[in-house]
Amino acid sequence: MSPHAGIPSLKSTTSEMSISRKHILDLDDFTAEEIQLVLDNTVAMQEVISRSVRKVPALRGRTIVTLFHEPSTRTRVSFEQAGKILSADVINVSSSASSSKKGESLYNTALTIQSMQADIIVVRHPHSGSPNFLARHLDSSIINAGDGYHAHPSQALLDLYTIQSHFGDIKGRKVAIVGDIMYSRVARSNLWGLTKMGAQVVLCSPPTLIPPDFVNGFPKTHPFASVSITHNLSEAVKNADVIMALRLQAERQSRGRLPSLREYSRLYGINSETVKLAKEDVLIMHPGPINEGIEIDTEIAHGPHSAIQDQVTNGVAVRMALLYAVASANGGDK
Amino acid sequence: MLNRNERLILSSDDLRRAITRIAHEILERNKGSQNLVIVGLHTRGVPLANRLATIIESLEGSRPHVGKLDISLYRDDFIGRAKPVIKSTELPVPIEDQIVVLVDDVLYTGRSIRAAMDALTDFGRARSIQLAVLVDRGHREVPIRPDYIGKNIPTSKHESISVKLEEIDDFEAVTLTPKNDSKVKETNNNNHEEKV
Amino acid sequence: MTKRLLIKGARVLCPANRIDSTMDILLESEKIKDVGLNLNVTENVMTIDASGLILAPGFIDLHCHLREPGFEHKETVKSGSAAAIKGGFTTICAMPNTDPVTDDATSIQFLLDKAKVQPARVLPIGSATKNSEGKELTEMAEMVEVGAVAFSDDGHPIANDMLMRHALEYSSALGVPIIDHCEVPSLFTNGQINEGWIASRLGLQGIPSAAEEQMVDRNIGLAKLTGGWVHLAHVSTKGSVESIRNAKELGINITAEVTPHHLTLTEDAILHGINQEGAYKALNENAYNTMAKVNPPLRTQADVEALIEGLSDGTIDIIATDHAPHASIEKLCPMQEAAFGISNLETTLASALSLVHNKKLSLNRMIESVTSSPAALLKASNNKIGQLTKGFSADLTLFDLDADWIVDVDQFVSKGKNSPLNGEKMKGKVVLTVYKGQIVYSNISKDLVSK
Repeated sequence: MSPHAGIPSLKSTTSEMSISRKHILDLDDFTAEEIQLVLDNTVAMQEVISRSVRKVPALRGRTIVTLFHEPSTRTRVSFEQAGKILSADVINVSSSASSSKKGESLYNTALTIQSMQADIIVVRHPHSGSPNFLARHLDSSIINAGDGYHAHPSQALLDLYTIQSHFGDIKGRKVAIVGDIMYSRVARSNLWGLTKMGAQVVLCSPPTLIPPDFVNGFPKTHPFASVSITHNLSEAVKNADVIMALRLQAERQSRGRLPSLREYSRLYGINSETVKLAKEDVLIMHPGPINEGIEIDTEIAHGPHSAIQDQVTNGVAVRMALLYAVASANGGDK
Repeated sequence: MLNRNERLILSSDDLRRAITRIAHEILERNKGSQNLVIVGLHTRGVPLANRLATIIESLEGSRPHVGKLDISLYRDDFIGRAKPVIKSTELPVPIEDQIVVLVDDVLYTGRSIRAAMDALTDFGRARSIQLAVLVDRGHREVPIRPDYIGKNIPTSKHESISVKLEEIDDFEAVTLTPKNDSKVKETNNNNHEEKV
Repeated sequence: MTKRLLIKGARVLCPANRIDSTMDILLESEKIKDVGLNLNVTENVMTIDASGLILAPGFIDLHCHLREPGFEHKETVKSGSAAAIKGGFTTICAMPNTDPVTDDATSIQFLLDKAKVQPARVLPIGSATKNSEGKELTEMAEMVEVGAVAFSDDGHPIANDMLMRHALEYSSALGVPIIDHCEVPSLFTNGQINEGWIASRLGLQGIPSAAEEQMVDRNIGLAKLTGGWVHLAHVSTKGSVESIRNAKELGINITAEVTPHHLTLTEDAILHGINQEGAYKALNENAYNTMAKVNPPLRTQADVEALIEGLSDGTIDIIATDHAPHASIEKLCPMQEAAFGISNLETTLASALSLVHNKKLSLNRMIESVTSSPAALLKASNNKIGQLTKGFSADLTLFDLDADWIVDVDQFVSKGKNSPLNGEKMKGKVVLTVYKGQIVYSNISKDLVSK
């Protein structure tokens, strides 16, 4: 006879899920719970960044190589800072146009890096699928810092983190993503992330800058079934909680997709009129760098609704959480 | 409800008394509660730290500062751990020249405490660091010794200790189970952090 | 007198002669001597017991890339021919996109000289325009005299409508087709894979079906206008099949081909590998399968089904491999940098047979599409091939319909190891290939051969 007959059954906690993963290629292979874990860990990482001694030994002895085939100071520095706060050794390898022209293939570059015994490679490359290619051929963990117009998972995660820390939640929030959806890796990764977290996503772009198969809407079984598409900015931002403006590359106009930047800006630029249509506490976001006056007015970009600066600040903490997730998956298998 | 083979070591009353005693010992040794900062290690060290602070408040009239510490980023063994979730670290005051009492539920190999001390050092130089644990189960792998012990429970490595606290588990108990019992393995995973 | 070859007891399948039964076949002096029951020959003969196997005319491929001259690191006439016979092909037609381009009688002769010593018949296709630039016609008449069997700028379409008109007018007098790679260049620009959800999610420029269909329609229009013969290379879309069907009903002089990969694979092959559904699933490191990058691209299941039906009802005349070998390094890179093409001479039979095994295509039609149908398109060259008829060239393929095997590109004889089928289980394998009465490829058990 147990003396504890009155004790209630054991409390069940959240399932034993792990965010440890070998690679971070895109958000399509994260569950909502896993995304939430990254966001939760980001809070802890923010705390570490706020200390006077901004260093923890978690990744001590690990080597992180940043391989950037596309110029990007901001993202690269963000990853570098993240790695260093975690006490990792960070080596930066950037490939200028000239060395690629000399014919050094990505494959050969990768083998060279492997011989450096990199634990983690953070890669940015103009060709979609490059991180997948590296993951296939190398032993190291691969983190995608932006490939072609396929994916940019760390940007999407820091966008999700920015939204969540501002509103407290993501589920049910109306998020309008405005601009060149066709060529945006930020849009793609955010589509995965936002839909998984239950946000109500609206895509708004000129008809020539959205993938043709998106325009007809998605079948019910499609992961983006809840996403709506419009070419009308007012409709997109009406009562929106978040407006995410995307960068427009000038060559879109020169290659015949747009008549002029002026018309683009008139129809799709985020200005004070646009903001009035959204919710009062709307959050304005942009992955940067900003073409002020084209996709977003200067006063909006620097105004009270803008979370653009937070996005940059949050970037380091999010990337720390990602490095931690990847490092914790790679045991002493070496 | 206890599982088959799970043995009760401390009942909820035993727990309560042990914690009260530790609170008294802390005050006795430090001659009062001045400059005291009680820091609980996640997860169950945190409610224990809060309870100690409450008891000290009732005895001395003022509540000492309470902090929480997550040692995930300082562990030497976080590779392959099933749940690399980092909880919050909060120290309400600078620990410079304070007496920090680290609080944890079970002391085993001592590595968690070693990691905790590394973490504390990054926050500043405490006047002294003391250690209070509810249960000491032996098998130290590093030279760590507790200052305040709720109960010494010698165990073999095949056994596991489970601490349940109301704030987290809805009931209170400290139990001992042989690890080979597969049923217990499940519940242990769900409700007890692998203590090292 | 060289030894004669007697193959006994095979299931002889010759669509041209409407034969499908167990028979014997006797080969003598590079020709088919006799086809019939119980041929009992004992003198100066090598006999092969082929019971349980299928005997067909040696396969004919109207479209392959042998890469010589200029790209010998990818393939040579020698390695390509060796791959051909391993795949059961005794006649292959080499596309002119070499370096230099095969655009005059001299370069045709170069190829024919190389071909002389090969264990298969290599027929040259000349370029339709000089250097395949699409500006000026080549000396087609002289090239035909020397031995060209068709003309093409393959790799590119003949984009200029007026020039294509003239090419068709000019070639029609010679009895050979202009083979056009149907693609509107501006709709293709930078395209990597089929336009659609998969291209969108992978962040790759898509190639819309319209890029092909528009050119197919243009070619049909010009064939109607000129009465010239246009052969549509590697058709890949449902819309193309429909246009061709309508055109044929109107009696327009067009023929068409389809590749084995367009009959069996879809764009899903790019995501994870073959036979794994995953258009909506998360990608992993195996996504961006460059081995499945080909032009025209692999498309959707609806396209595959339309192509199978088109082949079945004769809208599409033949299977042609479009064997496109590449050096390994040209596929060992991100998708945008990878070369287009699949090396498939050695897997075509098994791919085509998979449709037979799945009851989507009759065995008879399948064999026809690689024997008598392509032979009909090569009539002008006066080679007696594509059927098991007395006096025709002793080109045969003996294969095991049900043999199970696994594709291993390291075993490929072709220099091109670029196949998306690597590791795949296939059913149906060539056992013996005979060219001009000689066994040029043998995978047959020794006890079945008696001298």
